[in-house]
Amino acid sequence: MPIKVLVAKPGLDGHDRGAKVLARSLRDAGMEVVYTGLHQTPEMIVNAAIQEDVDVVGVSILSGAHMTVFPKIMDLLKEREVNDIVVLGGGVIQEDDIPKLKAIGVREVFNAEASTQQLIDGIERIVAEYGRDRARRASASSAQVEAAGAR
Amino acid sequence: MTHRVHRDLARAISGVENGIVELPAALATLRAQGHGAADHRASIVGVTGPPGAGKSTLVDRLIEGFRAEGESVAVIAVDPSSPFTRGAVLGDRVRMQRHASDAEVYIRSMASRTSGGGLAPATRDAVRLAEAAGFDVIIVETVGVGQVELEVVAVADLIVVVTVPALGDGVQAIKAGLTEIADIFVVNMADRPGANRTAIDLKHMVRESHHEIPVLQTIAQDGSGVSELLSAIVAKRGDDDTNAVRAVRFEVVRKARDAAVAAALAALDSPDAAAVLQRLRDHDITRNDAIDALMRILGGPVHAH
Repeated sequence: MPIKVLVAKPGLDGHDRGAKVLARSLRDAGMEVVYTGLHQTPEMIVNAAIQEDVDVVGVSILSGAHMTVFPKIMDLLKEREVNDIVVLGGGVIQEDDIPKLKAIGVREVFNAEASTQQLIDGIERIVAEYGRDRARRASASSAQVEAAGAR
Repeated sequence: MTHRVHRDLARAISGVENGIVELPAALATLRAQGHGAADHRASIVGVTGPPGAGKSTLVDRLIEGFRAEGESVAVIAVDPSSPFTRGAVLGDRVRMQRHASDAEVYIRSMASRTSGGGLAPATRDAVRLAEAAGFDVIIVETVGVGQVELEVVAVADLIVVVTVPALGDGVQAIKAGLTEIADIFVVNMADRPGANRTAIDLKHMVRESHHEIPVLQTIAQDGSGVSELLSAIVAKRGDDDTNAVRAVRFEVVRKARDAAVAAALAALDSPDAAAVLQRLRDHDITRNDAIDALMRILGGPVHAH
């Protein structure tokens, strides 16, 4: 089944040329890419990720707001009890901040020099390693339901 | 509605979309998770029309209108998959993002994958799941369609066909097929030149068809005409019976066609067929003879040439 990705642009970034190029590149790599436009709040991003049931959320930030946006996204995911959607960061992010982002659960950070091919390879590798096993999860949740019904 | 509904519905749709669970099991899971009521029935509105007609923007306005009436809304929006890479960019949400934080609105993008009918293979199941999750109104937005992608008929109770002014000569883009499935016509971007002409052409066509089909004009961008569209949808909501007949007829034809195609492909793989094709290759028989012989193998009627 195709990898489903949400490409998200939070905050005040003024254009989304890069995000659109990325969306097309991921499409050409065979992925299903949800794109939601500019000026997304962390809540909009998390709601879209849940409603679309994506494997990966790629958050691109150029404005320097990453240390406020990512913690909010990770908190909201936790609050909604979603622990199996991989969050990736990209854009202009200082080296010093990368360990801090990883510490709060951002799986990988791609800086502005990363090529689209590196991103594609990275997403495919990360989904293979950490991504959700949708088949297992779907059968697990119906098994839980059956168990609950039997009680 | 809570955010938990969104999560459970989203996972149920992924399950059927990816062939991991069958619809009945997915429905049972939603029910066991405590969502919806067994006898709940949603109104299912299909929105279709050519690419760039403003379908997503109009859907955004419809969400706004139904929410103002206190109804919960689920949207299933289909965008095309590349036939080459099987990838897709799903961009319909861009026009609907102001509803992204409303727990009474669920929006799901679907890639059309292998389907050529304007929907995705799992769209119908997704609609059933959204209904089971308790949504009042379900809006199905097709890919931008031409004249033959009519599968939305098999899914929706009521179909809104959206067009824009000056697409070819008046009604070129929606002449065959689409006009036969419309319950409501909308000429969107009605502030553009030619909108009245397009509406008049459609009204003439409707009169010839002897059906009661409203022809409305909207400007989805600023909301003009949307309240009239909502009233027309509400007025038509009761006509479930005719729509059920139409949907069932369409579905029977589609299933029969699928079965016939599968049977033909199986017959072509048989040893008898291989022998016929070998004779064609050896120039023993003509193409028409080969077709007749293969149709006899299939057990179907032999066409006169």
